[in-house]
Amino acid sequence: MRSSLTSANREGWAFALPGIVLIFAFIITPFILAFGFSLTNQRLISPNPTRYVGLENYQQMLGLAFVTLDAKQDPNGKVATDPSGHPEFPPLRTITRNADTPQYRGMQEWFRWETGTQAHLVIARDVVFWKALVNTCLFVLIVAPVQAGLALGLALLINQKLRGITLFRTIYFMPVVVSIVVVSLLWRFIYDGHDGLLNNMLAGLSFGHFHPVDWLGNPHTALGSIMVMSIWQAVGFHMVIWLSGLQTISPTLYEAAAIEGSSSWQTFRYVTWPGLRHTAVLVLIVITMQSFALFSQIDVMTKGGPLDSTQTLVFQAVQRGYGLQDIAGGSTISVILFVIVLSISLLQRWLTRER
Amino acid sequence: MSMLLAICNLGRILTREGREMAEIKLRGLRKSYGGHEVIRGVDIDIADGEFCVFVGPSGCGKSTLLRMVAGLEDITDGTLEIGGQRVNEAQPRDRGVAMVFQNYAIFPHMSVRENMAFGLTIAHASKAEKAAKVQRAAEILQMEHLLDRRPSQLSGGQRQRVAIGRAITRNPGVFLFDEPLSNLDAALRMDMRMEIGKLHKQLGTTMIYVTHDQVEAMTLADKIIVLRDGQVMQAGAPMELYQNPVNRFVAGFLGAPSMNFLDVEIVAADNETAKVARPSMDPIVVPTRGRRFVPGARAVLGLRPQHISACAPDQGVLHGQVTLTERLGSETVVDLVMQDGKNVIAAFGEDKEFERGQRVDLIFAPEQAHLFEEES
Repeated sequence: MRSSLTSANREGWAFALPGIVLIFAFIITPFILAFGFSLTNQRLISPNPTRYVGLENYQQMLGLAFVTLDAKQDPNGKVATDPSGHPEFPPLRTITRNADTPQYRGMQEWFRWETGTQAHLVIARDVVFWKALVNTCLFVLIVAPVQAGLALGLALLINQKLRGITLFRTIYFMPVVVSIVVVSLLWRFIYDGHDGLLNNMLAGLSFGHFHPVDWLGNPHTALGSIMVMSIWQAVGFHMVIWLSGLQTISPTLYEAAAIEGSSSWQTFRYVTWPGLRHTAVLVLIVITMQSFALFSQIDVMTKGGPLDSTQTLVFQAVQRGYGLQDIAGGSTISVILFVIVLSISLLQRWLTRER
Repeated sequence: MSMLLAICNLGRILTREGREMAEIKLRGLRKSYGGHEVIRGVDIDIADGEFCVFVGPSGCGKSTLLRMVAGLEDITDGTLEIGGQRVNEAQPRDRGVAMVFQNYAIFPHMSVRENMAFGLTIAHASKAEKAAKVQRAAEILQMEHLLDRRPSQLSGGQRQRVAIGRAITRNPGVFLFDEPLSNLDAALRMDMRMEIGKLHKQLGTTMIYVTHDQVEAMTLADKIIVLRDGQVMQAGAPMELYQNPVNRFVAGFLGAPSMNFLDVEIVAADNETAKVARPSMDPIVVPTRGRRFVPGARAVLGLRPQHISACAPDQGVLHGQVTLTERLGSETVVDLVMQDGKNVIAAFGEDKEFERGQRVDLIFAPEQAHLFEEES
């Protein structure tokens, strides 16, 4: 049986065809290929034939273990300490290269914490992947609410009827139309450790008391610096989405609230926010997806460093696939990212559903 | 002595369930946007408990004037007093007013109950107080069965009822209605009109009602304010305005179908009457109602369609041919064209049949005619 969708709508399908072809060529096919590659040992260029390896890539990528090391003891049974009185621990390789514990073979330390004479270690088969995963999640967890909140604040500000308000709208929106690569390059100068704008400004504001920081060269500040820049760059885009949501709220609702004696906060709570419900879902999902796809800023500004403090999933996928020619590894990361983003989107939809 | 006075004052202020007295005074009220003046010096007195209707064509400033009373528009100049207090700069919430909007302005994400209790929620009222006041308002409006619905599940008339309910729960000194029935269909409009009339009788609160519909104005008002271009044309009781309009605009605005206006020449005049004539009309003596006319001047004769009646052939003062007949059952409205091409509308209080092109002779009682100065 032919449905009306396939038979009676030839022109419609003809118009949709270019889009369908492009989506198939650049989204659906690569996705299926990536899923396939992630189950093989495919390399970009290799004389060896490709081999099916099952879930080995995933095991390699996700392999985690928790081990405890006891402090070294001298022959008298006394805990050995370094000159500062800190207990000394045996190196990790006593476990990872131990024939008695083959399951830890090849694993590396991700992080550790110590309790008295014991050190607890989380070891991973692929530490860089885990760092990238944590950095990406951290980025999303901070950027999504902050960027959405700031964008809403700006939208509320520029939604007022003031002289020259379009000028402010333009200014806030301007970073969005500039390429992220250009923005990243400019901010590299701002964050420069020697003579950067930020350091100079902070020094000026603190009358020289501020000691210059190499914002992108310091593992403690690099990811934060990239977050700040990313929030600044795209906040205008989400501001415009919020603004369009704000402008669908009928002005008489505000007038009614004013007559009922509503304060600014109450007006926001009872009139504005409920009216922005659908916009909020859209903004949050879009920011979440964009944040998970964090790549250009990293590629231009830090290349994942220093000390892997700015590694992200997409950057790792690209670096492995093309830098290390490990297509299978890159594909595996892509599939893992896909599963994460899909789950979060479904969760967000469920949390914000109509009740 | 002063104690006694204070108690008397308190008694006066706290009439009707603790509501404050709310007589309203507008003195020389003006509003301009940029250099453009839309309200041009308005003086109005509205007594406590009075139902006052602002009426006029669109763009006359009636809604702007209401919004100035509500506090939604700034007052450029003049004084606004509510309950004896000058409130020019007061926030809307401090004026003791409640407002019902043309497009209802009820909150779509709240139930009817929450909508009606909104003002109380804002004021952090207790649950019991909210429940009691919402219940009372719902009883007044006979909508207890709708309280748990969402606005999207209501018809237009029911939504407007919710908006009115929200106003009632606040127990305001003044109700403001901004064309509340304009979005409703004709049948519903009549029902709601009667309900608003009943509501006023029941609550006895001061109400200001803006409309462009002269029927709403005539049926609801204790006092009608006819506005035009930001100025008061005439203020008074409905029948006073109907019977003694001060000018051609007021005369033409009130009454349906609207008054016929015929350009005439003054043939003779004394203090109380004037004899007027026009080529297609026999000379006739009409009252001048205090206006002064000089012989030879031009004037405008106003005749309400209802005051014109048909007479025997070749008698009467107006003679025309029928171009259109509207039979309404209880009334027949006839559009006639006179010999000089001027149209006259007559409304006969019974069902009559006319042929198109039929010649009809008309008379009218001269004492019911109005004579206006020609407008410059």
